[in-house]
Amino acid sequence: MDTTLTTAKASVGVVTPRRAAFSEPLPLKCGRAIANYELAYETYGTLNAQRSNAVLVCHALNASHHVAGVYADEPHNVGWWDNMIGPGKPLDTNRFFVVGVNNLGGCHGSTGPLSINPDTGKPWGASFPLVTVEDWVGAQARLADQLGIQQFAAVMGGSLGAMQCLQWAIAYPQRTRHALVIACAPNLSAQNIAFNEVARQAILTDPDFHGGDYYAEGVQPRRGLRVARMVGHITYLSDDEMASKFGRTLKHGHVNYSFDTEFEIESYLRHQADKFSGYFDANTYLRITKALDYFDPAFDHGGDLTRALAPATAGFLVVSFTTDWRFSPERSREIVHALLRNKRDVTYAEIDAPHGHDAFLLDDARYHHLVAAYFERIGAKVRV
Amino acid sequence: MNGISIDRADFAAIAQWVKPDARVLDLGCGDGALFNYLGRERSISGYGVEIDDANVLACVKNGVNVVQRNLERGLSEFDDQSFDYVILSQTLQAMRNGERIIREMLRVGREGIVTFPNFGYWRNRMQVLRGRMPVSENLPYQWFNTPNIHLCTLHDFERFCSERNIRILERKVLTEGQPVNFKPNLLGALAIYHFGAG
Repeated sequence: MDTTLTTAKASVGVVTPRRAAFSEPLPLKCGRAIANYELAYETYGTLNAQRSNAVLVCHALNASHHVAGVYADEPHNVGWWDNMIGPGKPLDTNRFFVVGVNNLGGCHGSTGPLSINPDTGKPWGASFPLVTVEDWVGAQARLADQLGIQQFAAVMGGSLGAMQCLQWAIAYPQRTRHALVIACAPNLSAQNIAFNEVARQAILTDPDFHGGDYYAEGVQPRRGLRVARMVGHITYLSDDEMASKFGRTLKHGHVNYSFDTEFEIESYLRHQADKFSGYFDANTYLRITKALDYFDPAFDHGGDLTRALAPATAGFLVVSFTTDWRFSPERSREIVHALLRNKRDVTYAEIDAPHGHDAFLLDDARYHHLVAAYFERIGAKVRV
Repeated sequence: MNGISIDRADFAAIAQWVKPDARVLDLGCGDGALFNYLGRERSISGYGVEIDDANVLACVKNGVNVVQRNLERGLSEFDDQSFDYVILSQTLQAMRNGERIIREMLRVGREGIVTFPNFGYWRNRMQVLRGRMPVSENLPYQWFNTPNIHLCTLHDFERFCSERNIRILERKVLTEGQPVNFKPNLLGALAIYHFGAG
């Protein structure tokens, strides 16, 4: 098989983030509601006259509405799924109208803990509700309403983004023609929750956390956020990938009998941690890990995922990666099993990739060819 | 596809046994050609199962719902008696555990359909008599690169079934796409069996 897509690949180029404001209160799963909120989003491509070619891309833990392209004033700020989305790419913006949205509670422009609470005139901080995947999808549906999209040709996402795809298919079957569920799990395992709890404890016990209201103190719980990110990164990579990327390589060729950076892997983790803690909000991180922990569509159906997915009528492409131990192929097969029992249209592919959970973000030819072919199938029924 | 070429003659034979609108699971479905053929001829629905990346991609391109899976690991994603037919076309001879997959077929499906090259075909016998491993249209590999590790004859398969209380419902034997009724274990190149639980 050739390793490049046959069509010419290009970037969507310069993109502009937009904001949508909502004044109708959004009821949340926790029992509270948000009266007014904004969502940051971007779109690429053109919505066709039938409004039938829209694709929603849902982001995972640390990403945003900036899915593809670059900003005019930040030419190096490339969207997080730019290798997947653009002219001639697997999700081809010449054919499809792509919507990326920053989720509620985020820190990239949508209303979240960083935003000013209109009732108090101060940042929401600790008082921002614990939002769930269901809440995010509810908010995304309202954005779709504003954009005049009655039905998405597809909803697509990886990891936590894929959980949103499942939720779309369950909550809005009439609005979800296809769901691309990549590197997903139907809920978190105890081990997954344990890693999230370590990350949260790192933040919550940071002296700079101030119970979540650190903005007024002019500080950020950076140390906690750094450790949280390090823990996360360990789970995104496979053992093999770490071994081949870093091994036991020493930064200076010899050990120094000190706590400075000695092994390359330490250097990598510290670099990722520094980068992340410089731009991400700790309150958002806490909430996103909780949203992950809480997501469990089968819970209300006595643990029966088949019944939970019964309302979903979308066509499904489910993709897993063999070395993903965070959301292993077995977890994807649980989803597939439930869809098979419901006699749904489902295609399942298990990509033999060495990169672990992060593989869903990487440019693997087999994976991208598959997604391209699936979108070809979707596009054949869409007049563009 | 226009008309039925010789190598698709087994498709036509299988289609004759499949009731319209049936739920079908096609194991080792390749690029989905048989599945789509049955879709056109019998308006079946269901899934293909395939291990090979290129074939999975081809199924997506050909509009076939495919589940990527190694058949050697069984069919645990599929519930008991959830299909009308489970088809194993030209794959049994390449399975490490042929007995297990036949049992899985009858667990998941009400009936099974299997096709395999007949090792008892006279051309194969001739080559063995001449002291060579057979290479033919239905067995196109050399001994050192063949995926076909469990070859059998019609007699072997029928004994296998009778010993396991598997009921053979129908049988067709083809050579170069033509039915063979006289001395099929000698003159037939390709065996097609339709079977159910005994």
